[in-house]
Amino acid sequence: MSAEIKFTLNGKKIVYNGDPLRRLLDVIREDLSLTGSKEGCGEGECGACSVLKDGELVTSCIIPVGACCGSDIKTIEGIRDTEKGQCIINAFAEGGAVQCGFCIPGMVMAAYYLLDRNPNPNEDEIRMAISGNICRCTGYDLIVESIHLAAEKGADLWQK
Amino acid sequence: MPSTKINDKVIRVDAVAKARGDAKYVCDLSFPEMQYAYMVRSSIPRGKILNIETPQMPKGYKFITYKDIPVGGKNELWMIAKDWRAFAEGDVRYVGETIGLVVGPDRNVLKYLKDRIKIEYEEETPAVSIDDGVNLVGGPIRDGNNITCELFCEKGKDMEEVFAEADEIFEETIETGFQEHVHLETNGVIVLFEDGKYVVYASAQCPFYIRKSVAGLINKPYDDIIVRQTTTGGAFGGKEHFPDVIAGPMLVALNVVRKPIKLIFDREEDMLYSVKRHPSKVVYKTAIKDGKILGTKGLIRYNVGAYLASSYVVLQRGVFHANGVYDFPNTYLKGEGIATNTFPSCAFRGFGAPQTLFAIETHMDHIARHLGVDPLAFKEAHLIKKGGETVTNGHIVEEVMLPEMIKVVTEASDYYRKAAEYKLGSGKGIGIAMYNHGGAFTGNGEQAIIKAHARLVKTGDNVDIQVGSTEMGQGFQTALRKIAAAVLELPMENISYDNPDTSKVVDSGPTAASRSTMIVGKLVERAALEMKERWAEGDFSTEVEYEHPDGHPWDQSTFRGDAYLGYGWGIACVEVEADKLTNEIKTVGIWSSHEIGKAIDELIVHGQINGGIMQSLGYASMEKLENRKGYFRQSSMSDYVIPTSMDFPKQEYHIQENPYEWGPFGAKGMGELVFNGASAAYVDAVERALGITVRSIPIPPEDIEEALKNVR
Ligand code: FES
Ligand code: FES
Repeated sequence: MSAEIKFTLNGKKIVYNGDPLRRLLDVIREDLSLTGSKEGCGEGECGACSVLKDGELVTSCIIPVGACCGSDIKTIEGIRDTEKGQCIINAFAEGGAVQCGFCIPGMVMAAYYLLDRNPNPNEDEIRMAISGNICRCTGYDLIVESIHLAAEKGADLWQK
Repeated sequence: MPSTKINDKVIRVDAVAKARGDAKYVCDLSFPEMQYAYMVRSSIPRGKILNIETPQMPKGYKFITYKDIPVGGKNELWMIAKDWRAFAEGDVRYVGETIGLVVGPDRNVLKYLKDRIKIEYEEETPAVSIDDGVNLVGGPIRDGNNITCELFCEKGKDMEEVFAEADEIFEETIETGFQEHVHLETNGVIVLFEDGKYVVYASAQCPFYIRKSVAGLINKPYDDIIVRQTTTGGAFGGKEHFPDVIAGPMLVALNVVRKPIKLIFDREEDMLYSVKRHPSKVVYKTAIKDGKILGTKGLIRYNVGAYLASSYVVLQRGVFHANGVYDFPNTYLKGEGIATNTFPSCAFRGFGAPQTLFAIETHMDHIARHLGVDPLAFKEAHLIKKGGETVTNGHIVEEVMLPEMIKVVTEASDYYRKAAEYKLGSGKGIGIAMYNHGGAFTGNGEQAIIKAHARLVKTGDNVDIQVGSTEMGQGFQTALRKIAAAVLELPMENISYDNPDTSKVVDSGPTAASRSTMIVGKLVERAALEMKERWAEGDFSTEVEYEHPDGHPWDQSTFRGDAYLGYGWGIACVEVEADKLTNEIKTVGIWSSHEIGKAIDELIVHGQINGGIMQSLGYASMEKLENRKGYFRQSSMSDYVIPTSMDFPKQEYHIQENPYEWGPFGAKGMGELVFNGASAAYVDAVERALGITVRSIPIPPEDIEEALKNVR
């Protein structure tokens, strides 16, 4: 089965021709060579493959590309050079949030999604916001603190 | 740019590239003409292979088995022993044993072919549990009995004499279960030819281990094999020896296919078909007189699985830690590694110590409660001190700072008030546990087996560190560059240290045993000192070899002497509240103190403490991995659940300095220590909150219900 599917990825128009049941994650990583999104579980449990789809945080490993007709998709590659993306990435580095790093692009996406909606989250809100993102290395405390740091440092940025 | 000092707050060298998604893990790499591989595995735990029926292979597709091992190659992987076969041949010994690889260009076709390979077995009865193995269920797995490795240690008088002197004898059995590493990046390997050499890209802790392990299989000298570590997304011991099991068959396939081949496990494969933490069963028989322990006799059994892998060394560490942080005047400890038909157990953070440390801490709690005294006070009365005799008749060489650390942690947690106020079974409980971890390889292993090297290469004002040690998330690239920069009085930016390539760096030993900072860090410190003295000479390199510190006698044949060069020490305190209706346990406080010599980088150490304690709490509470009849029942991250950001509260931590003479800037190992004790503290707290006795972990809510039934 083959279909033509058009969507926007990181601001670029994409025309995909192929099996509509393929996972969005595979299309992003393999066809488009954007390897920042990772596969940790392949079943929507770990959040390593998180992307923004029409502004919502989703796990791209359980979304068929056929469900992305007309969607606006943003991956880590689409936000990392924006002011907001930089703010989070720098806060993660400074706050010691990164160990093996495999969960981190997904965590950055979750933090971006949170701060965009809630510029001043408390600890519980941050923990809730990353509860769909599994990290085996850090124990989460430094990720939580780094997201605080990003909120603090980026203050004005997040009000926009 | 100012030079970096050891106490400077620095930014991890790998943080930004990883957070941006720029870092390349093995799954992110591809090469021209790349082929893919899938493993064809044993679907039964034990039996003979009668027949393998292969479908017609389309052009460009191959099914690789032991028959493809090149002439002169042996069907074995060389870990500690050479018993683990690269491919099953004639029989299978565990579910998931490698039978072959299907290799070809299209993954959908490969999956189709893989499902059509029919293997006919004559099934035999598997031994699954430790008891099965001991009782020779299904007959011995290997020659003779199922004891694949064993050892004993003793100290003081004969235990029979000690039992005769005792007021009473307290005996119990304590068990721990399998644990899966769940490094977020699954296992994966790419193999290819480059200028006639066999190249392996691997997510791995020990590139030189892989090279050693596979050389005999493909019958090539070490120089013809190059292993390149790719950015590794967590390991925790799961990528110490296990990458050999993938790389071996893949190189055999490469030899046939002669194009790059990629194999990445999906999560289900990684859960079902990779090594695990050894389940354990520890029986303590303890002699008590006048409220104190006179001596203990312990039988320590670990479930090794079907092949030895690293189990003998894991078992040794288990036995050497079996008296915990205590100095009992008399001891006899026996360890046995039991073969079963489960996936071989191997390294996992703590390497055998967490099992016995959990057992002894829990045993101490139970004795204290039986005697009607506060467990912490009871434990304090038995603490080992500097100069105290260890179970291997060696001595503790450092000042034991636990009394100071107890003070810090009990004050921070308000332990004494809470321990007195929360009555047994009241729904609230606070627990406390102490632990240690011997740094680096056992005994004289660093000198006799590893003989680590480190090399620094100077070009202008820049220095490249060339060692085989790996970054797997623990922060070693940053720590090592910081050590070199601080000695050379250079900014960290002037120091480079890449993921190792075995053809370019010297062998500094495996990244394991909490030895990297302590041993390799020290080598780099020495090499840097030499370089600093000769700095004016222009461009040159310095290379140093490991030197064993004097005064650490060790006899590997009798396991007597100083089993370790020094220990890290820890104490963890956990407070819980139990929901009496659902038996749901809520952890409301976590406090710890760790003595690690000196923190090379406090932020990195903080991250290690936080993550290590979290894994330990998962081990005790929720990480249930069951094996029924040889098959693991949990196969995904939704049924094998590890802690999320919501499961445990923010931790309070304290680092106790106590500079260590032979470590760089006074540092000792710490990556495993931080895993070793929170599980016992958690169980202590749960026991107090519910008034139950726990003798086995993990204890998820459904098991708590069982335990409560027994009380009522
Ligand atoms: S890989 Fe998509 S949620 Fe884990
Ligand atoms: S940093 Fe390793 S999984 Fe999060």
